[in-house]
Amino acid sequence: MAKQFNVALIGNPNTGKTSVFNRLTGLNQQVGNYPGITVEKKQGICRLDRGVKAHVLDLPGTYSLNASSLDENVVIELLLNKNDKDFPDVAVVVTDIENLKRNLLLFTQIKDLGIPTILVINMADRMKRKAITVDIAALELRLETKIALISSRENKGFEALKKLITNYKRLSVTPCLNASSIAPEYFDRLRKTFPNQDIYKLWLVITQDVNFGKLDRNQLKGVTSFKTESISNLKRLQQKETIKRYQFINQVLKETLLVDKENAKDLRGKLDRVLMHTFWGYVIFLGVLLLIFQAIFDWSSYPMDFIDSTFASLGEWAKNTLPAGDFTNLIAEGIIPGLGGIIIFIPQIAFLFFFISILEESGYMSRVVFLMDRVMRRFGLSGKSVVPLIAGTACAIPAIMATRNIENWKERLITILVTPFTTCSARLPVYLIIIALVIPDQRVLGIFSLQALTLMFMYLLGFGAAIISAWMLDKVLQIRSKTFFVIEMPNYKLPLFKNVGITVVEKTKSFVLGAGKIILAISIILWVLASYGPGDFNNAATIVQRENLETSISQNQLETKIAAFKLEHSYIGHAGKFIEPAVRPLGYDWKIGIALISSFAAREVFVGTLATIYSVGNDDVETIKNRMAAETNVKTGKPLFNFASGVSLLLFYAFAMQCMSTLAVVKRETNSWKWPLWQLIIMTAIAYITALGAYQWFK
Amino acid sequence: MATIASLKQGQRGIIKEFSVDVVPLKLLEMGCLPGNEVALVQTAPFQDPMYLTVNGAHLAIRKETAAQIEIEIIKQDLSTSPNI
Repeated sequence: MAKQFNVALIGNPNTGKTSVFNRLTGLNQQVGNYPGITVEKKQGICRLDRGVKAHVLDLPGTYSLNASSLDENVVIELLLNKNDKDFPDVAVVVTDIENLKRNLLLFTQIKDLGIPTILVINMADRMKRKAITVDIAALELRLETKIALISSRENKGFEALKKLITNYKRLSVTPCLNASSIAPEYFDRLRKTFPNQDIYKLWLVITQDVNFGKLDRNQLKGVTSFKTESISNLKRLQQKETIKRYQFINQVLKETLLVDKENAKDLRGKLDRVLMHTFWGYVIFLGVLLLIFQAIFDWSSYPMDFIDSTFASLGEWAKNTLPAGDFTNLIAEGIIPGLGGIIIFIPQIAFLFFFISILEESGYMSRVVFLMDRVMRRFGLSGKSVVPLIAGTACAIPAIMATRNIENWKERLITILVTPFTTCSARLPVYLIIIALVIPDQRVLGIFSLQALTLMFMYLLGFGAAIISAWMLDKVLQIRSKTFFVIEMPNYKLPLFKNVGITVVEKTKSFVLGAGKIILAISIILWVLASYGPGDFNNAATIVQRENLETSISQNQLETKIAAFKLEHSYIGHAGKFIEPAVRPLGYDWKIGIALISSFAAREVFVGTLATIYSVGNDDVETIKNRMAAETNVKTGKPLFNFASGVSLLLFYAFAMQCMSTLAVVKRETNSWKWPLWQLIIMTAIAYITALGAYQWFK
Repeated sequence: MATIASLKQGQRGIIKEFSVDVVPLKLLEMGCLPGNEVALVQTAPFQDPMYLTVNGAHLAIRKETAAQIEIEIIKQDLSTSPNI
């Protein structure tokens, strides 16, 4: 069998590159991260003729080889490093027929690197509608390449593309632009100093630092001397290069591409006039938001209830079927509820990514960014912060990763710092149980449920906290960074079901595996800490029996008492007692203290922890709720969960930074411990102070 | 001195040379080149950001960036624009 070779898919954003990738690899793909950074790395296997297989890498979308973001930097780092195991044998540059001119800029740059390059012109299905004709043969001649005219929507042209990939060795590698023509004197000097190097590559290595990032250039010693040119001079040369490339492209397209504007149908204009209307645009966006929230909080409750009850009975079943002992307890009380605690979030996460991916695929998201930019800027954010803030209602982790396309570092940092205030789905179970306990089940004005209104208020509170803290950060942070914002307004497209489906599956999977691992680990640690303890813990049965010698109580009651005694003297019980003085002013006892401690790993552990603590056999919410309602304050003798302590808990969970995974992601994205630590300290301080204030006020 | 920021909806202009120190390279790469025609399609409230077509590309930029790019406004037919 022939050796497997590497194919790199490269292209501007919005060219349908991912659809091409999906078509080439089918479901034969895996998504991971580039080492050390959280840029998504998508790769797959494409089967070609006669058993030949190609390894296909879907590189992040980029407008040019002059990287200005982490994602774009990945492309250039790979293409300049021949020793990388993913270094492409052939580059496939994907372009969109309607934006061919702009898309060809990147094509000419890739081709000039000396890598065999195939040009894919996608969205051929739109040519008729837009009255576009293209002379493929002439274009192939002028660009000295092979072209595949395809339609990923209609699955056309892929056989031809695969054939071109198979025969990649026949492709010409003649550059499109003679790099020396950018600045003859400068490039001559370059060529004399490094006679054995490709000067266009050298030029790219020299200019990368100007825009972004640092390349490992050990093999290119002496290059730094060429930075004697001032940065603005280098920038001027880059500008000149771009203009030269466009001149070349314009000349080529003049001879090969024809657009009959008279007969082109303009759907974009009509839709834009409505969707970006200064009034109706916002009304429609609000409607879209309402639909998303409706799906996340109403529609997904059915599968969530089902998952909840399934895991409750699974735990019950394991306990009754497996032989009694520590191991069975670990499975039934630690691992199964732990897994359930992860899986229960799948419906919400899947719904959220379903909508986000539809909004992005259709081109609507760019319009939202456009509409919101001015409003968000007032608070130190960017229009592009809207996506993270919406995504944050599912989970802050993917939301923070979605901030990468914000060009301005200050705006991006503020977005990262405030996103954890939005009400993520992990807070939901906590809110639900507390609201059910302390907010009366009444109607307001005869229609609105008071409990539902409270829940809605909690969401508004989350957004409010995010916006207000963004505004304050904008005033406080002394970061000077160039304000710069540019967004492409792509054509409207009907989302491809396959793309949406793959996104939903991939994102959900990465949540379950990523956040899930931590939640599961915490559940197990928690179980161990609650099941073992020093000193009196080991004599629990004897002590409790001795204490209850005089009273006549049933065996059941005795066992409950033993369990409660054990918990109080377990390791985690000691921890809870230790922090009790700190949380008592907020209206909590040591048991809630334990739940707070474990929540610092992940919030959703709260309910599970209370379930374990109150020695309730299963996770069924109603039972825990009843048990919580019966809990009394040792000092006052009144119910522990009253209005004051309930509100205090709600506020604490609304503001506190209780998610280790988020802190880890913030560390990775900001590349320092400084920001996650500030986030942890300040958010927790706000939580403590508001919870304290609320409890003391309502008490 | 006219810049992109002074365009009115539907108006067009030709981009003049601009300085690389104030206008990011990315904008150039996206098609906003000297000598090209630029038209204002739409603006968000308060004329910011601005939605443009330039060189066949559809882009939105903030007003502050638009104000850095000098243009020569194309005089239109009297019938379509009585103001000029």
